Amino acid sequence: MFSWFANPHRFLMLSSWLAPLFYATAALLIAWGLWQGLWVVPKDDYQGGDIMRVMFIHVPAAWLAMASYLGMAVMSFVWFIWRHEVADIAAKAIAPLGATWTALCLVTGAIWGKPTWGTWWQWDDARMMSVLFMFFLFLGYMALRAAMDTRQKAARAGAILAMVGALNVPLIKFSVDLFTSLHQDASVITPEGPKMAAVYLWPLLISSLGHSLLFAALVMTLMRAEIWTRRAAQIRARLMTGD
Amino acid sequence: MSPAPILSAFRQALGEAWAGGAGALLPVGFFAGAAVLVPLGVGTDPETLRTIGPGILWVSLALSSLVTLERIFQADAEDGSLDLWLQTSAPAASIAAAKTFAHWLTAGLPLALLSPFLLLMFQAQIGGALLENMLFYAIGGLAFYFWGGVGAALAATVRRGGLLISLIALPLYVPTAIFGALAMGNGPSSAAAPLFLAASTLFALAVAPFAMGAALRLAAD
Repeated sequence: MFSWFANPHRFLMLSSWLAPLFYATAALLIAWGLWQGLWVVPKDDYQGGDIMRVMFIHVPAAWLAMASYLGMAVMSFVWFIWRHEVADIAAKAIAPLGATWTALCLVTGAIWGKPTWGTWWQWDDARMMSVLFMFFLFLGYMALRAAMDTRQKAARAGAILAMVGALNVPLIKFSVDLFTSLHQDASVITPEGPKMAAVYLWPLLISSLGHSLLFAALVMTLMRAEIWTRRAAQIRARLMTGD
Repeated sequence: MSPAPILSAFRQALGEAWAGGAGALLPVGFFAGAAVLVPLGVGTDPETLRTIGPGILWVSLALSSLVTLERIFQADAEDGSLDLWLQTSAPAASIAAAKTFAHWLTAGLPLALLSPFLLLMFQAQIGGALLENMLFYAIGGLAFYFWGGVGAALAATVRRGGLLISLIALPLYVPTAIFGALAMGNGPSSAAAPLFLAASTLFALAVAPFAMGAALRLAAD
C-alpha cells in the first residue's frame, strides 16, 4: 500500500484535486462549526459561560496536536524502513503545521483556563505539560533538520528523532499523569459512548473534521511545493552541467 | 563479534575525561556553580532553600549533562575515530552505549556524589535521606546522559551543536525529572516513584543505544 503512494507523480496527480476538495470542505465545516459554536449552542455556565465556546477551536487543535505527531512519527518510520521519499516529504511538511496547531491548542487552552480555573498555566496539569513537550519535540525536529547539510542526512536524523520522541510521548504522558489534572475526564470517546450533550457534540465533531481536512490539505500543499522545489533543483543542476 | 572494540571505546572515553588537565573536574565545577547561583537569585530564606534544594540539583544535573555531552561524539567524528569504531565487528549501538556509560561514570556520577554537600548548603537535615537522594541523582543522571547522548550523536556533525542538543534532549528528560522530583517529595505517589525512576532509566538504557547507533552511522556518512 505504501509503495503505491510512494510515487511522487501519483501523489501530485492525486493531490491536485484532493487538496482543493479538502480546502473547500474544510472551509464549510469550520464555518458551520464556528457559527454553531459562537451563536447557536447555549452557553455552559459550569464551564465558564461564554468562554467555553473556545472549545470548538481548542478541542480540534488538541486532537490535531496528537494526531500530527503520530503522523510524523509513522511517516518517519515508513521512510526509515522503506526509504520512500514521499514519506519523508510528508514528515517534513507535517512538522511546522503540527507545531502551529499545538501552539494553537496551548494558547486557546490558556485563554479558556484563565476565567474558568483562574490561571493561565498550571504546572502540574498532565495534558498541558504533555502538549507543551510535544511542541518542543516539533521544534527540536525542525531545528535538527535545518542543521543538517544534505537532504538525505536531514531525513535520516529527523526520522531517528521522531521515532525516539514517539516512544517517549506515552512515557511523558504517564509521568505527568501522576500529578492530578484540572481537565475533565474524557467525554467524547468513552466505553459507554459520548457523555457530552448532543448539542455540543455535533458542532465539535464537525469542527474537528474541518480542522483535520484543513490540516491534510495544507500538508498536501507543502508536499507539492517540496516536490516541485526538488524537481526545479534537479533541472537547474542539469542545466548547470550542460547535459 | 568480540568485546574488544567495546572495551576500548569504554577505555578511550575514560581516558578522554582525564585528558587536558582538569577535564573531569569541569562538570563538577559547572554543577556546583549552577546550583550556587540559585540562592543568589531567589533569596536566602532557609525554608525556601530547603524546599527547592533537591529540585535545583535536578535542574543543575540536567544542565551539566547537556553542557558536557556536546563533545563526546563530535570529537570522534572530526578526527576519524568514529569511522574506525564503525568498521569493527561490534554493533554501533554497543560502542555508543559504552562511550556514554563511561562519560556518565566520569561526568555524571561525581555530581551525584557531590549532591549531599550541596543539599546541606541548601539547609537539608543530616540523615539517611541525603544518601537516598544521592542514589536517585545517580540513577536519574544515567537516564539524562543516555537521552542526551541521543542528541549528541544526532548533532555530532553539526557545528556548535550544543543548543541543538538541549532542544532535542530536554523533552526526553521530562519523565526522569518528574519521577526524580516525586521520589524526593512527600506526595501521595512518593513511595512508588523510586521504582518509576529506575524504570525510566532502564527504558533509556534499552532504547537510547539503538538511536545513538543509527545516528552515529549517519554522522560517519
